[in-house]
Amino acid sequence: MDIISMRSISKDEITSLIDLAEKIEFRSIDINISDRLVALLFFEPSTRTAFSFDTAIKRLGGKTLLMQEAKSSSVQKGESFADTIKTVSQYVDAIVIRSAVEGAARYTSEIVDIPVINAGDGANQHPTQALLDLYTIKKRQGTVENRKVAIVGDLRYGRAVYSLVYGLAKFNVELYLISPEHLQIRPYVRDELDAMGITYHQGDDISSVLEEVDIMYVTRIQRERFAGQYEYEKVKDSYQITRDMIEACNLKENFTLMHPLPRVNEITTDVDSLPCAHYFQQAKNGVYMRQAVMATLLGAV
Amino acid sequence: MKELKVDAIKCGTVIDHIPPGKVFKVIDLLGINEDDQVMIGTNLGSPKFGRKDVIKIENRFLSDEEINSISLVARRASISIIEDFKPCKKSKIEIPDTLRGILVCPNRHCVTNNELIPTLFTVEQKEPLLVRCDYCERIFGDELHKCNSL
Repeated sequence: MDIISMRSISKDEITSLIDLAEKIEFRSIDINISDRLVALLFFEPSTRTAFSFDTAIKRLGGKTLLMQEAKSSSVQKGESFADTIKTVSQYVDAIVIRSAVEGAARYTSEIVDIPVINAGDGANQHPTQALLDLYTIKKRQGTVENRKVAIVGDLRYGRAVYSLVYGLAKFNVELYLISPEHLQIRPYVRDELDAMGITYHQGDDISSVLEEVDIMYVTRIQRERFAGQYEYEKVKDSYQITRDMIEACNLKENFTLMHPLPRVNEITTDVDSLPCAHYFQQAKNGVYMRQAVMATLLGAV
Repeated sequence: MKELKVDAIKCGTVIDHIPPGKVFKVIDLLGINEDDQVMIGTNLGSPKFGRKDVIKIENRFLSDEEINSISLVARRASISIIEDFKPCKKSKIEIPDTLRGILVCPNRHCVTNNELIPTLFTVEQKEPLLVRCDYCERIFGDELHKCNSL
C-alpha cells in the first residue's frame, strides 16, 4: 500500500487510520518498528513535515535517513531522480518523499517495491496533512460527517487544500470556499464536488460565514501569487482572523479554528489562547496520524 | 475509369475522412516507422465533408489502441483494412478510456515533463473531451488540444 493522494484513499481506509491514530494517542495499542528504517527524501525544503515524520517514526522505535534538498544528494552530481530513488529503495523499508514536481510520489511508487508516502508534490497533494486534519476534526467534533467547513485563503495553489477537499468530500460535509477571486479553487474541482453531490458555497468574505460553520480552516496567502505589492496589501488584511472578530461573533459551541502552519499573519497571535484555536494541537495530531500511517504501511498492526 | 488522386494499396490500412490539414498530426500520433510505405492526400474533395485528408499505409495493420489514439484529431475518420486491393474490414474509432504515451501534459510542473516517462491520461468525459493526468491529477479540456496542437 502507498499513500499518494486523497483521491485514491477510500473512506474505510481513512476511518481505520483515524481509529489507529486515536489508539496510538491514547496508548491503547503497542506498536514497535525498531527493526525498520525509513528514508525521508525531501527534494524541496521542509521543516515541520520532515520533523513530524521523523518524530512519528522514532516514537514507534524506528529509524530514519533524512535527505533535505537535492543539493546534498547525488542528484546534484547528475544522477537521475529515478536512479536516486531506486538506489535508496534498496536500503530502506519505506520512502517518504516531498518534491516540487507534481506526480513525483506516484512515479516513485511505480519504480520501487516498498511503500511510498507522499509528503507533498508541488501544488497537487499532501495526503498526510489531510489525514491529520480529518483526525483533528473527528477528535474535536466527534465526527467528520455532515460538518460545515469553511476553507479560507489560497484555494488555488495550496496542496493542503486539494487534499483536504477530496478527503472531506467522502464525509458528506458542506463546504464554504472563501478566497480572493483569482485564488479560487480550480473550476474542475467544483465540477467534481457537484458530481459527488457535495454542497458548497463560494465567496470572498470571512465574517459572513464565521457563525455558520463548525470548522474554519485558514491557509496562507502568499505574496508571490499577486501581480504586485498593492494587490497583495489590499487583500491580505481582509483574510486575517483577529481576536476581536472572533469575540464579536456568536460562534457555534464547538467552533474549531485550524491552520496547516506555517502561519504568517492570517491569524493574529492573540487568538492563540482562545479555546477555538486548534492549530498547534493539529500539528501534534500530525505525529499520531503519521505514526498510524507508518505502522499501517509497514505492516506493524 | 475512376481517377485516383492517391494510389490504391495492395495490402495495408487506409484512414479516410481525416479533417483537412490534420493528416500530419495523425502520422505523428501513429508514429510511422522508417520502413513504412505511406501515401498521403490532403485537402481532397469529399462529397460528405467538403474537404478531407487521407492516409494509406502499405503492409501495416493498426492495433485498436493505435486506431483509438487518433480519435483526438480525427474522430469521424474511417479505417479500412485492405487485402488484395479490396477493403475487407472496417473499424470504428472510439475515444479510449486511457491515453498512454501519446499526449504531452499541459502542466509544466508535472513529473511527465520532468522525467523520461510516458504520460498517462484517464478519460473523464468524452464529449466535450476531459482527461485527467494520472500523475499530476489535473483535469484538462481545451488546454490539452492547444498544448498538443491537436
